[in-house]
Amino acid sequence: MPVKSPVAPEDELDPLPPKTRRVGFSQTLSRWDVKVSPYLYISPFFILFLITGLFPILYTGYVSVHQWQMLQGQGDFVGFKNFTDVFGQPDFWKSLRNTFSIFLLSSIPQVIAAILIAALLDQNLRAKTFWRMGVLLPYVVAPVAVGLIFGRLFADQSGLINSWLTAIGLPAVQWHVSPLASHFAIATMVNFRWTGYNALIFLAAMQAVPRELYEAAIIDGAGRVRQFFSVTIPQIRATVIFIVITSTIGGLQIFDEPRVFDSTGQGGASRQWLTMTLYLYNTGWSGQYNLGRAAAIAWLLFLLILAIGMVNFFVTQRIATGSGAPSKREIKAAKQRYDAQRKSA
Amino acid sequence: MSSIPAIQQSAGKGAARAAARRANRKVGGYDRRPHVVIYVLLALVVLIGLLPLYYTLVIGSSDPVAIAQKALPQLFPDLSIFDKFKEVVNAQSFSFWQAVWNSVIIAVVVSASTVMFSTLAGFAFAKLRFPGRRGLLVFVIATMAVPTQLGVVPLYIVMSKLGWIGHLQAVIVPSLVGAFGVFWMTQYLEEALPYELIEAARVDGASMFRTFWAIALPAARPAAAMLALFTFVAQWVNFFWPSIVLNNQNPTLPLAVRLLQQNYFVDYSLIMAGVFLMTLPLLVLFAFAGRQLVAGIMAGAVKG
Repeated sequence: MPVKSPVAPEDELDPLPPKTRRVGFSQTLSRWDVKVSPYLYISPFFILFLITGLFPILYTGYVSVHQWQMLQGQGDFVGFKNFTDVFGQPDFWKSLRNTFSIFLLSSIPQVIAAILIAALLDQNLRAKTFWRMGVLLPYVVAPVAVGLIFGRLFADQSGLINSWLTAIGLPAVQWHVSPLASHFAIATMVNFRWTGYNALIFLAAMQAVPRELYEAAIIDGAGRVRQFFSVTIPQIRATVIFIVITSTIGGLQIFDEPRVFDSTGQGGASRQWLTMTLYLYNTGWSGQYNLGRAAAIAWLLFLLILAIGMVNFFVTQRIATGSGAPSKREIKAAKQRYDAQRKSA
Repeated sequence: MSSIPAIQQSAGKGAARAAARRANRKVGGYDRRPHVVIYVLLALVVLIGLLPLYYTLVIGSSDPVAIAQKALPQLFPDLSIFDKFKEVVNAQSFSFWQAVWNSVIIAVVVSASTVMFSTLAGFAFAKLRFPGRRGLLVFVIATMAVPTQLGVVPLYIVMSKLGWIGHLQAVIVPSLVGAFGVFWMTQYLEEALPYELIEAARVDGASMFRTFWAIALPAARPAAAMLALFTFVAQWVNFFWPSIVLNNQNPTLPLAVRLLQQNYFVDYSLIMAGVFLMTLPLLVLFAFAGRQLVAGIMAGAVKG
């Protein structure tokens, strides 16, 4: 934030001493305007956040330690019973496993693919905007639509993917039966929608990398691959961390795609692709109507996101600093070598 | 070969710049046009993005029985897709036009209010001095990290106490303004709006709100347009919260399309026609405003 402090408007108005009561009143009004307006302008966000954000979060804690059914409403205080009940349910552990598995299957390939696509886009392309738009197109397809489309593509009997697999002599995969296969299918949907979006964020970071670094690397004899790993990746480190964290938060909350992956929305016959958010929804709103337990799941999900987010942060930071990134001194030396070469050429 | 200053003298600046670029290309710099392989790879990526939409049209215009037997009953979509569109529009289980109307109302109202309130707050955070400014801004940013699911249960309880379950305001009110919008407008106005303009308006005797209306709002237009686009897309595709507080009698488009799946006999051509109808408005929007959306993502990335 810039610390340029502007001349406060009231200072400019002050020199005129009030001559009549009317002027004095309008000045008071103006000073009041200056003092109160900022708070007035930011208040919609804070009021709304208090009512629909902060209050519900605290209240979730309250609900989670009570017996609470949708129709009967608030029941007795039960302490941590809702939590222990959740822990006692095999479906919870399945949803935990599934969430992790889908999250890993989606975020890792997604980040890698996004960086590679960004590297393709980070060239002196003809029709730049066209390619950028083309890559972003899947982003405007609703997750529900993506879920329904891929649910069809990955159909067990007559899906396009299976007919391709059998066409090249491979066995058909039971996408809606095997847990891992269903996770792969759902992760594909997530990747479909978000890879292009993330690629553009990476592209923005790559465009900010000083071009001399590449030219210096070329002169040093680095090929495209070497440039990519030794110049691009270390330079966009902060963005990598940002994307990994946001895709973690998104990935752990996944709901729309697994919900529409089959027509019942229960997460599969033996809950193969039940995710935590879907489990939360099914506990609270479809079938059990147990809001107390749903609130307990919400808290557990929150703690999980927090924990993974932190692990993520430290790991990405480690990887990014630990790799063969050139130090500042090496970069400077390379720049000098490059300048010298250009001058002599 | 003549030197670049010589070219500039004889053929003008444009020619000189082109010559400089050509010279640079030989060194292997950024200005060099990429190899054709790059274009092929990118075209492949775009095709993969288009394939599912194409598949939607093919399945949508196919006979339901044929779909059950073959993955691709035909290679190209045909005009029978329009019969399926008609069938979706006249569906018995929900009112299609009601769903369209609901989606439009939600997306438009939320976009408009998000832009208005975010710009107001952004103006205050970026350009007005007041005690607690910094702390409050940090707080706004911190709220972005809280997952939406955490507050879902009590928010539902609140909505049902208000009697809003099944009504659009249950979807609209909680999303009237968000942390992302406030942050986005703050970042933008910080750079785009010079203090001198505000001071000039104040000296001319304009009230704070008039200053905002006449000076800040016009300056915020590019960022506001992007924020409106993003909010519109996010609301149009929103599923989790509407699926909790709205019911089948009053769905938005994503909920309605899901309703198509819940019949005893699942008619995939009907579902895919519905999916396409639901996506079409955003595709049209994207065709016109995709450039801005791309620019918005790229700008947001640098600043965020």
